[in-house]
Amino acid sequence: MKPSDTKLQVMWNRLLAVVEEQGQALIRAAFSPIVRECGDISAGIFDLQGRMLAQAVTGTPGHINTMAEAVKTLHSRFNIQDMRPGDIYMTNDPWIASGHLNDFLLMMPAFHKGQVVGFTSCTSHLIDLGGLGMGPEGADIYDEGLLVPPCKLVDGGTLNALLMEIVKANSRKPIANEGDIYALIACCETGAARLAAMMDEFGIDHLDDLAEYIIDTSYRGTVDEIARLPKGTWRNVLTVDGYETEIELRAALTVTDDHLLLDFDGTSGLSKKGINVPLNYATAYSVFALRCIIGPDVPNNTGSLAPFRVTAPANCILNAQHPAPVAMRHTLGQMTPDLVYGCLSQALPGQVPAEGASCMYDLPLRHVPETVSQGGTQFALELVFSGGTGARPELDGLSATAFPSGVWGSQVETTEAAAPVLITRRDLRPDSGGAGKTCGGLGQRIEMRSLTDEDIMVFLSVERLRNPARGRFGGQSGAVGRIRIGEDGQDLPGKGEVRVPAGETLIFETPGGGGFGDPRDRPHKEIAHDLEEGLISPDAARETYGFAP
Amino acid sequence: MFTTNGFRLAVDIGGTFTDTVLADPQGQIVATTKTPTTPQDPSRGALEGARRVIAQSDADWSSITGFIHGTTLATNALIERRGARVATVTTDGFRDILEIAYERRYSQYDINLVKPDLIVPRACAFTIGGRMDAKGRELQPLDEGAIPKLVDQIAGSGAEAVAICLMHAYANPDHERRLRELLQKALPELVISVSHEVSPEAREFDRLSTTIANAYIQPLMARYLSSFRTRFVDEGLTCPILMMTAGGGMTTIETAARLPIRLVESGPAGGAILAARIAAKTGPREVLSFDMGGTTAKLCLIDDYRPQTARKFEIARAARFVKGSGMPVRIPVIEMIEIGAGGGSIARVDRLRRLQIGPESAGSEPGPAAFGRGGTQPTVTDADIAQGLVDPDRFAEGRLAIDGYAAETALETNVGNALGLNNGEAALGVSEIVDENMAAAGRMHAVESGKDLGSRLMIAFGGNGPLHATRVARKAQVDSILIPRDPGVGSAVGFLFAPVSFEIIRSRYTTLEALNLDDLNAFFEAMRTEACAVVRAGAPEGDLIERRHAFMRYQGQGHEIEVPLPNRLLVDADIQKLRAGFDAHYSRQFSRTVPGMTIEVLNWALSISSHPPGLDSYPSTAARQAAIPTGKRSILCDGAGTWREANTYDRAALMPGDQLSGPALIVEPQSTTLVSADFSAEMDGGGNIWLTRIKGDLQ
Repeated sequence: MKPSDTKLQVMWNRLLAVVEEQGQALIRAAFSPIVRECGDISAGIFDLQGRMLAQAVTGTPGHINTMAEAVKTLHSRFNIQDMRPGDIYMTNDPWIASGHLNDFLLMMPAFHKGQVVGFTSCTSHLIDLGGLGMGPEGADIYDEGLLVPPCKLVDGGTLNALLMEIVKANSRKPIANEGDIYALIACCETGAARLAAMMDEFGIDHLDDLAEYIIDTSYRGTVDEIARLPKGTWRNVLTVDGYETEIELRAALTVTDDHLLLDFDGTSGLSKKGINVPLNYATAYSVFALRCIIGPDVPNNTGSLAPFRVTAPANCILNAQHPAPVAMRHTLGQMTPDLVYGCLSQALPGQVPAEGASCMYDLPLRHVPETVSQGGTQFALELVFSGGTGARPELDGLSATAFPSGVWGSQVETTEAAAPVLITRRDLRPDSGGAGKTCGGLGQRIEMRSLTDEDIMVFLSVERLRNPARGRFGGQSGAVGRIRIGEDGQDLPGKGEVRVPAGETLIFETPGGGGFGDPRDRPHKEIAHDLEEGLISPDAARETYGFAP
Repeated sequence: MFTTNGFRLAVDIGGTFTDTVLADPQGQIVATTKTPTTPQDPSRGALEGARRVIAQSDADWSSITGFIHGTTLATNALIERRGARVATVTTDGFRDILEIAYERRYSQYDINLVKPDLIVPRACAFTIGGRMDAKGRELQPLDEGAIPKLVDQIAGSGAEAVAICLMHAYANPDHERRLRELLQKALPELVISVSHEVSPEAREFDRLSTTIANAYIQPLMARYLSSFRTRFVDEGLTCPILMMTAGGGMTTIETAARLPIRLVESGPAGGAILAARIAAKTGPREVLSFDMGGTTAKLCLIDDYRPQTARKFEIARAARFVKGSGMPVRIPVIEMIEIGAGGGSIARVDRLRRLQIGPESAGSEPGPAAFGRGGTQPTVTDADIAQGLVDPDRFAEGRLAIDGYAAETALETNVGNALGLNNGEAALGVSEIVDENMAAAGRMHAVESGKDLGSRLMIAFGGNGPLHATRVARKAQVDSILIPRDPGVGSAVGFLFAPVSFEIIRSRYTTLEALNLDDLNAFFEAMRTEACAVVRAGAPEGDLIERRHAFMRYQGQGHEIEVPLPNRLLVDADIQKLRAGFDAHYSRQFSRTVPGMTIEVLNWALSISSHPPGLDSYPSTAARQAAIPTGKRSILCDGAGTWREANTYDRAALMPGDQLSGPALIVEPQSTTLVSADFSAEMDGGGNIWLTRIKGDLQ
C-alpha cells in the first residue's frame, strides 16, 4: 500500500530531523576549529539510486550539491551487490568530495531487512593532511598533502587499520584526524540506524514512494518559482584581486521555463597558487546564492537542485582540473555569489543585494618557526573575521557579518586565553559601508600584537583589498579591506605569509558592503540616525548624502 | 515523612494565568487555583489566588511559613521592551562588542534577516581605558582621569542603568569594582550592573549581553519585588518570600533584586523540578519531562533526579524559536528546549502542499476556532476537538463553550480542501505533524546532549501535555508515561519542592598539565564564600549541599563536558582522577576516548543549596482492579485512523490500583489524558496515572 501524503510528509520531516541530528553529533565530536566555528560539515540521506533525499542545513554552503554529486560518483564506482552491512566508503579527492583535501566524505549503505535500501553520507573538515598545510603556496595538488581515492574504510564493521595509519602518518595532527574520522563513522552509522528504525515504525520496505514524493514535490516547488522569473540571459563580470595578478570572473545566467543555466565561460585561467576552484565547489556557492532568492523554502535534495545547472570551460579558475593546487578554493569560491547576483539583479532588480565583503577574512596565526628550537610558546589559531554584507533593496547591509559563508566569529577573551596574543581593538569602521538609499554593512578594524617578546606569523588569503564591493543602482562601493603593520606601515598584499615583529601592531581592516540606490534618496531620519550612532562621519553626511541637519 | 511547622504557598504568575498552590505541613497539596493574571499590577492577581486557596483550606496567613514566588515579569519585560534606558561601558577599543557579536546570520537562506535588537544603541555605548589580560594580570591601569568625561557621557545619554563589562573581568574584577565605585559616587541614582557579578564567564559578547539584560530589568524588578512584598505583608504574611530562579532553586528577594536576570524562565523550571521530584519518588533514573501548554511545548531531560542544566540560553528571539536570533544570556539554568507547538498553534498548508503547524499561535485571543471568539484558523486544539478527544461539557471546568462545528469548518477550509482530505484525515494530519515536531525536537535535544530518549519515562503535564503524551511518546520511541496530579498547575507545584540555592560558574582557563592547585583551591574558596552568603540569607539553618564541577574538553573541540569534583581542597592525586572522570564522561557520550590529546578546563562551577523537602515514597497499591468508566465517546484513533468507542473516566473518581486500556479518555477539570489504543493505564498510590505502550500494535 502506498503511504498517504501526510505519512510521506511526516517521513520527510523525519529524514530532515535525522540529518540535522547527524550534523549536530558530528560538530560536537569534531576537533577542527573550522568545523566548530563554521559548521564545515554535512550529512545526507540518499535513496538506492544515489539520489539525495535530505541534507543537513549547516553553517557553510560549501557542501550544497558537492555531497549530492559525490555520492553519485561513489555510487557508480562500487557495486551494490558487493555491499555488506557495516561497509563504509571514503574519499577526500577534491574533485569528488568538496574542493580541497581537508574535506573527507564517507558513504555507508543502509540496510533494512537484509537489503540495501539507501545510503547515508557525511563530510567533515580535517585539520591537517600534511603537504604545505592550509595555505595557497602549493604549486600543485601533490604539494597540498595526502589524497585518498575512493576506497573502503570499513569492511563489514572492521576498520581498515592500514588506511587509518596512512592518514595519521601523513598529518601534523594525527590524533585529531583519527578522532574526526571516528566521528564521521559514527555519524554514518547513526544515520543508517535511524533510517532503518523509521522504516520499521512506518512499516515500509523500500524508500521508492518517499523518494518520489520528496524529489517530485521539491522539483515542482523550485520550477514553479523559476517559471515566474523573466526569461533571458544576463551577464556579469567581477574583477577580483587574485594572487599574482587580478582575475576576471565572468558569468552568463540563462533563465528558461524550467531551469537556470549558469556558464562561467570567459573567466580567467588558473593561478599558479592554491586559490583555484574545482567546479563542484564553485557550483555549491553559486547555487546557494541563487537558492537564497529562488525557492529558499524548499529543502536541499536532488529535486530542488536539479533545475540549477552550472557549466564552465575546463581550467578556467572556477573549473580547475587535477592536479591544480586548490587548498584555498574558498577565497574565490565565496566571491561567486557576487558574480551570480550581478546577473540575477538585472532580471530581478528589486530583490538582489549589492556586492558584499563576501570572502571571509581568515587570520591564521602561528608561532614563528624558530620557536620550536628555541623553546618559546607554540600555538596555532584560526581566527576568522567578516566584513560588511551588501545593502539589501529594502534594508541596510549587515555590519561585520559573514555572507555567503555561515562562519562564526571568535571572541577576544577566548582567543587571548588560548594563545599569547593581545587584541587591542576590534570595532566597526565608520564610513566603510557603501553609501546608498540603503547602505552596505560596515567592516571592522582589528589591532593585535604579540603578548610576548616573540614575533608571530600570519598567513593571508583574503580578497577585496584592491577591488571593493560595488553598489547597485547608484549605490556606492564599500571601503576596501586594508592590512598593515603599524598605523603608518605599508599596505600588505592579501595573500601570503607575514611576520609581525614583537612589539608591533598588526592592523587588519575588513571591507564594507556596497550600497543600494542613490544616497540622496536615503531618508533624512536614517541619515540622522547613522550620524547619532557614529556609523557615518559628519563629512560623509554632508558630502555624500547632502545632509543638512 | 517530611513535615514543616506550617503551610507553604506557591504562586506562579504566567502571561495569561496565575497558578496558586497551597501545601499542608505534611507536604500534601490541599488547594490549587488558576486566576487571570493582572498585567498592570501582577501582585493583585497573586493576592486574589492566595486568598482563594487559603479560603479553601484550614490555613490562615499566620500559619503560612513558606512562600515561593515565580513570575514571567522579568522575561516579559525583556520581550516587550519595557525596561530601563541602559548605557554600557566597555574597554577602550571594544565599543562594538554588541554589534559585532559572533558575526553571523541565524538563518542560512534568509537574505532579508534582521538581527535581534540588543537594547543598547551605539550612541549609548561608551568606553574607558585600562586592560587586564586573560590571566587577570593588569596590563594597563584603569584610566581614572577619563572618569569625569565618562560621567558626562552617561548623564548626557539619559541612562537610568549602566552595564559595565570590561575585558577579562571574570579573571580580575578590580577595574570593574573601582569603576562602579567612581560612577556611583558621581551618579548616586544610577543603577549599575557589573559583568563579573552577573556572569563571570569568558566571552565578552555573552557576558555583556547578560549584563545589559540584568541592568535593563533591574529598576523594574526592584520596584515590583518591593511592592509585592509590601502587599503580602500588609495582608498578614509573616514569613520571608523566596523567589524561584531559572536554575531551579530559590533565592531571597534581595538577591533577586540585585540579579533579576536569574528570575527569567522560572515558571518552566518549576515544571522540571516537579518532574524530577516525581522521578525520585517513583524510581526511574532517566526521565523526559514534557510540558505542553497553549503556545509552546517544553522538554527537559532529567537524569538521576536532576534536571539537565545549561549555562546559556536565549530570550526574545527575533525569529520565533530560531536558535541564534535572540539575546544570549549566560547564567546557570535548567536546560529546556521550547518549540512553538501548543493547543493554539495554527495549521496551514504551504505552497509545496505541506501541512505546517506553528509556531504562529492563535494565543488566548482569538484562540482556537472552537472557542468561538472570532478565530477562523484551525489550531491543534481544533484538531483534537474534531477527533472527539475533548468533552465539550467539561473543557476548562465547563466555563468555555466549545463550538465543534467551527473547529471542523476551520479544518475543512484551511487544510482539508487544500490537501483533498476529509475532516477526520485533516485533523489526524494536524496532530501527526505537530506531534512529530515535538518528538523530533526531543530527539534532537537528546542527541545534542549525547543521550537517548528511548529508555526514558515521560512525565507529561501542562494543559495539553496529557492529551498529546501518548502520541508524542510513540514517535519518540518512549514506552512509558506518567501523568502527575494537578498537571495543569505543574510548575507551581514544582516550586514547593525547590531548594534554596545559588550557583556560580566562573571562567579560569588551564590545561590539565598546567593546573595550579593552590590557585584553584583559593579560587573555589572565594566562590564558596560568595555562594554561601547568598544561600544562608534564605536558609539560615540546616546543612547545605555543595556541588563542584569542571567544564572540560579536548583541546580543539568546542563541546565541553561537565565533570564532578570533590567538595574539598584538591590535591595532586585529584588531577589524575579529573582526567579519569573526563575520560569516563567522554566515552559515555562518544563511545571512545582520544588518548594523547591535551585536555583543557575552561569553566568551574560551584553550587550551594539547602536540602529540598524530604522524600517519602507513595503508598504502594496491593490490589489491582478494573476502573469504572463514567461514559463513552466516539473518538478518531491515532495510528489506526478509525473511529472507535472509547470509555471515559473521571480522574477524581479513580482509585489506586485502577487499571484500564485504550482507547480511553481520563477527564479532569484542567486537562484530559488520552489513552491511545496501544496504551494501557494504571493508577498508583500517589494519584499518578501510568501509561504503558503495548508493543506490536498499530500500523
